Amino acid sequence: MSEVALKSISLEEIEALAVGAWILGTGGGGSPYLGLLNLRRLYADGHRVQLMSPLDLADDDWVAVVSNMGAPLVGQERLADSRNIARAVRMQEEINGFKFRAVMSVEIGGGNGMQALMAAAHLGIPVVDADCMGRAFPEAQMTSVAIGGLRPYPCTLYDPRGIEAVVTKVPSWKWMERVSRKICVEMGSIASTSKAPRTGREVKDWGIHFTTTSAIRIGRAVQEANRRHEDPIAALLASEGGKKLFTGKIVDVARRTTEGFLRGSATVEGSDEDRGDKLKLSFQNEWVVAWRNDEAIAMSPDLICVLDSANGHAVGTETVRYGQRVTIVALPAPPVLTSPRGLEFVGPRAFGYDLEFRSLFSPAEAGA
Amino acid sequence: MKRIGIDVGGTNTDAVLIVDEKVVHSVKRPTTADVTTGILDALRALRANPVAAVPVDAVVIGTTHFINAVVQRRHLQKVAAIRIGMPASASLPPFCDWPADLASLVSGEIFMLEGGHDYDGRPFMPLDIAGLKAAARKIRDAGLRSVAICSSFSPLDPSCETTAREILGEICPDAAVTLSHDLGRIGLLERENAALLNAALNDLAATTVAAFRQAIADSGLAAPLFLTQNDGTVMQAEIATAFPVMSFASGATNSMRGAAHLSGLHDAMVVDVGGTTSDIGQLRHGFPREANAVVEVGGVRTLFRMPDLLSIGLGGGSHVEEGPVRVGPVSVGYKLTSEALVFGGTRLTATDIAVAAGLLDVGDRSRVAALPKALVEGALSYAKRKLEQDVDRMKTEAGDVPLLAVGGGAFLVPDRLPGISRIVRVPHGDCANAVGAAIAQVSGEADQVFRELSREEAIAAARGIAEDRAVQAGAERASLKMVDVEDMPIAYLPGNALRVRVRVAGAIADPNIHEAA
Repeated sequence: MSEVALKSISLEEIEALAVGAWILGTGGGGSPYLGLLNLRRLYADGHRVQLMSPLDLADDDWVAVVSNMGAPLVGQERLADSRNIARAVRMQEEINGFKFRAVMSVEIGGGNGMQALMAAAHLGIPVVDADCMGRAFPEAQMTSVAIGGLRPYPCTLYDPRGIEAVVTKVPSWKWMERVSRKICVEMGSIASTSKAPRTGREVKDWGIHFTTTSAIRIGRAVQEANRRHEDPIAALLASEGGKKLFTGKIVDVARRTTEGFLRGSATVEGSDEDRGDKLKLSFQNEWVVAWRNDEAIAMSPDLICVLDSANGHAVGTETVRYGQRVTIVALPAPPVLTSPRGLEFVGPRAFGYDLEFRSLFSPAEAGA
Repeated sequence: MKRIGIDVGGTNTDAVLIVDEKVVHSVKRPTTADVTTGILDALRALRANPVAAVPVDAVVIGTTHFINAVVQRRHLQKVAAIRIGMPASASLPPFCDWPADLASLVSGEIFMLEGGHDYDGRPFMPLDIAGLKAAARKIRDAGLRSVAICSSFSPLDPSCETTAREILGEICPDAAVTLSHDLGRIGLLERENAALLNAALNDLAATTVAAFRQAIADSGLAAPLFLTQNDGTVMQAEIATAFPVMSFASGATNSMRGAAHLSGLHDAMVVDVGGTTSDIGQLRHGFPREANAVVEVGGVRTLFRMPDLLSIGLGGGSHVEEGPVRVGPVSVGYKLTSEALVFGGTRLTATDIAVAAGLLDVGDRSRVAALPKALVEGALSYAKRKLEQDVDRMKTEAGDVPLLAVGGGAFLVPDRLPGISRIVRVPHGDCANAVGAAIAQVSGEADQVFRELSREEAIAAARGIAEDRAVQAGAERASLKMVDVEDMPIAYLPGNALRVRVRVAGAIADPNIHEAA
């Protein structure tokens, strides 16, 4: 193992990460608040987490990919416990007979943006500054590593009552989604999971890089604008090259559960320069398509973020409510998601919308 | 219906008599340090008027006493916390997100035991009875007299919490017990926080409610006592004694409800301009619109039903600065009657500006006669801009809506604001909060996950539970109306799981208790 430069993550950066990860959650992924509480306590106890560039991984290093899987509602009663995610990672080490060099989150968006840090604090290994979505998505096959055709197994699932499960082998990512979802439901619709381990080479080739840093930068932009009593959304757009889509008030929310997901739409009535227009947001756990007067103006995988107009914090699909004043912005998606193969996994058709993907951003803006 | 409404505020204690929904008489008296004397003074003054010396059906008090105790860290007691639901959630124990100063005042013993439920009602782990008995003995030996119990998914199945209370009742019968499912919704940490705060206020609630009763008895009234709660409805005094946290936001709520009643408007914006701050909120169907997110009380995250209010530093006592002209946020507060120019003081306040502009006639007008016209107009337009901007922030309709201007400083509200169809000012508007207390209704709420039911069936089931709870709390069943309904399918959960929250409210049932003729 070669010596590489690691960067210590400060508690202030973790506070910013919680804000930024919630925005990158694009409506899903659950609030990072409980993860933040865990990390505050771990830091108070002397734990520290280090951040590692994905480019510093050796090709044959092993990287754990973690996520807390399940229903956000259950997460409000069975509170995130940093030791559970660490245990799921240990299970992978026991099965595979190797030690992980580092850990990363499957999705930077929402509460899972904090899970890798919680695991890292207990395991004493660094967090890789990368994830597999660059945002949040509802299903296990909606990742850059699935797009890359990498091996989907094994996956470990842990419940603190001492229930440990392994999905040893599946023929596809879709099967991994189906089988692991069943186990998760039996565990009470929440499970700490460690997905198929990745090599350093795979993370370098297929990981979405520097997303922890992005989430911290986004959170900071919003927090600092709020501190200075400036417009946090303008600060976010300036920092990330995003586009403001619409400003208004939520006037209708329709939700339904189908096939185990939260689907529905929220309608925003325009105010200010959007007065007289309506924006409809369709969602499956995350915001998927934004329709302005029935025309699709933004769609997955571009990030559609609904933000509280006053403080710039994210509004989730489970918590969005009638009367909220919101600003909808779009942020560019990582290039791997907008590639032809990527769109098969996360484009509008993957969510059942017969739409040709049109990005709001030029390839240059998306950093391709 | 004859009711007396009392608002115990930071500066004044207001009392009104309402007969058949009309204000018969209202009085204002200074609030006293012991609270009771101020109430007694107000009641005596009210009933000194022959039209108000009639038997009443109920006395309803709104008070900020309990929330102030938390905010000011006063009169709080040590609490034993029992969390049931191990081995989940272990890394985030009770008090984990409290401000350190408040936690050190309140935290007694902490017990974390196995038990609790899953989202679908399955037991999560068998309840640790031996652990509960050991905890009860330790609570008894430590001399702790108030206990908060919180079990996972207790809003769905409270049996672990009720069993724990029975065990405590056997081993430490003198300890008061707060169960989290009586106070909160889904959200273990916030619900537990509510239970802990409630337990910390147990002694204060007992003495305060007893003092309220004494003041009423001393005034010669024999009517039952109610306290108003956060959502503009009432609870019986016995309930208030057990659940003081339910009164946390009642001051602001009462003024909005009172404004609705006095004006007859049920959907409007409301601005309550006091001495130091203005509270801006919105009435929907006659009730304040509730806050969306978590509400922090004294730095503690909770999920209390609180009105969605924007408090801005603008009031009758606000300092007025020159160059550039500014009004507030600093205020002379209760010293208005000694520090304002018109009252012989040396501090230029918003009240002085209003007197100079002829909007208000108090104190000595000659003392502000020399104020430059530009300053007077500049200050009023500053207040107007501030209100304009913040009323718009709280508004959720695109069209023009009426605005109710109440409170002692309502003169600062101009006669026209953009986005506002008209400014409504009402008689007794300065006692809107006491009126709100007098006309408060009784409510009941249900918040549960339903499975294998259609949406309509689930809402009907929730409504039935809410109505039973309202009747239990003293409401007349026939008068109950649904005031809030929210349903939310739960992502990933099987069985068409639907979380439904329903709230109903109605008139107080005839208490069959009247003053002896």
